[in-house]
Amino acid sequence: MSFWEYANPKKFLTTTERMMPFLWLTSGTLVAVGLIWGFFFTPDDYRQGSTVKIIFLHVPAAMTAINCWVMMLVTSLVWIVRRHHVSALAARAAAPIGAVMTVIALITGAIWGQPMWGTWWEWDPRLTSFLILFLFYLGYMALWEAIDNPDTAADLTSVLCLVGSVFALLSRYAVNFWNQGLHQGASLSLDKKENVADAFSNPLYVCLAGFVLLFIALVFYRTGTEIRARRIKALLARERIGA
Amino acid sequence: MIALLMRDLRLSLRAGGGFGLGLAFFLIVTVMVPFSVGPQSSLLAEIAPGVLWLGALLACLLSLDRLLALDWEDGSLDLLATAPLPLESTVTIKALAHWITTGLPLVLAAPVLGVLLNLPTPGYTWVVVSLLLGTPALSVIGTFGAALTVGLKRGGLLLSLLVMPLYVPTLIFGAEVARRGAIGMDTHTPMLMLAGITAASIALLPFASAAVLRVNLR
Repeated sequence: MSFWEYANPKKFLTTTERMMPFLWLTSGTLVAVGLIWGFFFTPDDYRQGSTVKIIFLHVPAAMTAINCWVMMLVTSLVWIVRRHHVSALAARAAAPIGAVMTVIALITGAIWGQPMWGTWWEWDPRLTSFLILFLFYLGYMALWEAIDNPDTAADLTSVLCLVGSVFALLSRYAVNFWNQGLHQGASLSLDKKENVADAFSNPLYVCLAGFVLLFIALVFYRTGTEIRARRIKALLARERIGA
Repeated sequence: MIALLMRDLRLSLRAGGGFGLGLAFFLIVTVMVPFSVGPQSSLLAEIAPGVLWLGALLACLLSLDRLLALDWEDGSLDLLATAPLPLESTVTIKALAHWITTGLPLVLAAPVLGVLLNLPTPGYTWVVVSLLLGTPALSVIGTFGAALTVGLKRGGLLLSLLVMPLYVPTLIFGAEVARRGAIGMDTHTPMLMLAGITAASIALLPFASAAVLRVNLR
């Protein structure tokens, strides 16, 4: 068994379909357990009160949003190098998930930031680079939608993903430089990792695991949908010719 | 290569209004700013470097649409692709022609428009220097965007959506150089970063543009 066998859409579909019930069940359970545990069975933070609990939604969503782009980068590379069709479709399927995760992270961040920093939005490096990441997702999806020929679209979006990754990384550090020393309050998000007590970290780990599995499940599911949509297109085309 | 450069320059000069359009747009954007933020000269002086940079960026973006689309429509892009000149060089030359017709006039016009925005005196040099360093990157990145969308019917809007996020680092460092220069701060670090971005874009992006163009011409 090798990774390259899954370039065959049929093989990909049968394998993922066997995995789907397990994936939905575990990811759903983990997210539910993690969130309920986090929201109702952790103590209030001595400094931030109950608002700290949004961390259980905010951090996993933010992490998934970034890793989703990394996954798209890898699948785009695989498509460029080896013309692995399922890989290109997986990149396409992942983009909206990443965009939604970015929005969740931004919104929960705003809800968290309002009572903590006294503002819904701050031009803080981390927030700003997330907004830019969201713009990258939008552009990527728009390019996929705009091109009719699926192979051309896959080629172009793959190159866009490569170039975009470099520039996204560059913006991340440029933005850091741009606003350095203006908003010290933002370091709150930096020492989060060090400050989190055990009572918070355990449900957070459960949530993170849940989000990772949920992401995998969604990508598999949407990739399957993409494959089927392509098949329908092919069947319709064949019908038109009358073959 | 020289012949191609001269051809592109002549085309953009003679094809109705394409050349001055960017400049006129730059002027309009700059004039609109005091109308929208009010005429207080101290406030205008503070935001002038950023406004000049944003105006230059938008004017540059406006002209990207025509960069490859015309050659695509009349088929000369196919000829250029099959010519002995590597496509990477062709794309670089096209970006250079775009810079000479759009970026360079913007650089030269920036000090004049700086007067309208009450730009502080030390700022003039720095705005020109930062634009001179940064606009080549805008042209090269824009060429990549134009190559991505060249086959599309209405690529203009999509082009802006794709290119804008790519412009972020250049804009940050370029405007930072101008801003710091205008208030007399040290501009060393952002200027090095800006020059680095421009150099790296010129060195690497033509390969991506050529690859994308080959896909589109397939």
